[in-house]
Amino acid sequence: MKKVILATVFASMLAMPAMAETIRMGTEGAYPPYNFINDKNEVDGFEREVGDEICARANLDCVWVVNDWDSIIPNLVSGNYDTIIAGMSITAERDEVIDFTQEYFPPSPSMYVGLSGGSVDVNGGVIAAQTGTIQAGHVASSGATLVEFATPDETVAAVRNGEADAVLADGDYLMPIVSESGGELAVVGQVGIGGGIGMGIRESDTALKAKMDTAIASMKSDGTLNTMIKKWFGDDALTF
Amino acid sequence: MFSCTNPDQIEGLNWLVCYLSTAKHMAFYQSFVVVLSLVLITAPLALLFGLMAASASRSAIAVMRWPAKIYIAMVRGVPDIVFFLFVPLALDQGIEYIRHRALCSDQTGSVWQGNDFIVCDIAKMPLSSASAWAHDFYGFMLAVTAYAIVFGAFAGNVLAGAMAAVPHAQLETGSAFGMSRRQVYWRVLFPQMWIYALPGLSNLWVLLIKATPLLFLLGIQDIVYWARELGSAKTSAYTYPHPDWRVWYFLALLIFYLFVTWVSERVFDRLNRRFSRGQAVLMNSQQAGG
Repeated sequence: MKKVILATVFASMLAMPAMAETIRMGTEGAYPPYNFINDKNEVDGFEREVGDEICARANLDCVWVVNDWDSIIPNLVSGNYDTIIAGMSITAERDEVIDFTQEYFPPSPSMYVGLSGGSVDVNGGVIAAQTGTIQAGHVASSGATLVEFATPDETVAAVRNGEADAVLADGDYLMPIVSESGGELAVVGQVGIGGGIGMGIRESDTALKAKMDTAIASMKSDGTLNTMIKKWFGDDALTF
Repeated sequence: MFSCTNPDQIEGLNWLVCYLSTAKHMAFYQSFVVVLSLVLITAPLALLFGLMAASASRSAIAVMRWPAKIYIAMVRGVPDIVFFLFVPLALDQGIEYIRHRALCSDQTGSVWQGNDFIVCDIAKMPLSSASAWAHDFYGFMLAVTAYAIVFGAFAGNVLAGAMAAVPHAQLETGSAFGMSRRQVYWRVLFPQMWIYALPGLSNLWVLLIKATPLLFLLGIQDIVYWARELGSAKTSAYTYPHPDWRVWYFLALLIFYLFVTWVSERVFDRLNRRFSRGQAVLMNSQQAGG
């Protein structure tokens, strides 16, 4: 009799709608408009909106976690969170350590920004970039002197106070800063490096990667993703 | 009264009041409490670790003496930052590994797969579905442990030195009165060593306060993280755009740290006076100096 009851309980439990799996989304929270922490102390930005939509479509319960850029990959592989969604370009080097979903943001050019009025030698001067970014890698190989900073904001501050001649970062990050600088800063160069931006996932986590890929594909096909890109990066932004 | 609902339409002092009372600033103010509670919890723990290490390092039994000596020498010799990165990671993975073995014994695969450290979902510590609060608390406890281990070794060294500084004649007098080793330790050595340990311990306390910015390495958003984040230049993507204000935030931290040090100095002065009571050696030197 007991066994029968147990079996019924078990069967009814299985029949219940599956509880949404909790996925922890790791982001940097310092790279507007991709991701930033707004004044309500919540993660905000393009990737917040994209991430929430992906989770809704994949039927996942998502929690946002803020992590330093420096340790964002090590903390993913040691299991502190399950995805990286932090404006991370897909590169071969990173792909050796982690896996990427298909891109949710197309490749966009990186820009050199310096003080307006000055002349900058982007291949021989002092260029600031954030540690561990594709831009830092590019500067190191371009012949310029690289100065690295832990946060994106510090790279721009280095140009403002004269420590660096220019900063190299994603154009989409730098453009709002340039346009609001009141003429202090100007774009001094442009370079196309890196692939598109994808979500970083542990190599062993193939099931999660498949779910995310499906959700991103569906957002591409019905145009939702393009609408979000235009909302955050302006009408001229590259879309899918 | 004014409202903060339209920050771009208010100016001056009102804007500043609204700005300083955003949820983000509240988190900044809270992080001061986090940092203070960290040092207040860590200090007694480190002292306990140190006391055990120092006592063990004076033990007549080799199996007690050597682990204590190795612990003190090793932690003092390796840079703090290495321990702050290693201890919480090793603890976290150790706990998860044990839980994985206990809770998911049906899974035979290794927990290390290439670069990845994989334990089953119910072995996660804390669980993925746990609230953010639980994750923060767990991280905080890992941090407390790491700090206690590192500063425990420093304290152990200071206390071992202090124990050695208690005049040997006093210990021998204790024995001459027929006290056992244990009685000599508790009645003669222990009460008297504090006066010798105090300068070293007060130094460690200040070092501990100064080491708190390392908290961010462990994923805890401490006051230095917030000062950098709040002070960095903000574009209009934020509700309250402003230029680079880091210098003001760091100035506030400077005042905070100086204030804490000032309070600590006063407390240690009082402790010093208290422990000096009835100390024949120190009384003499004070009279000679005064």
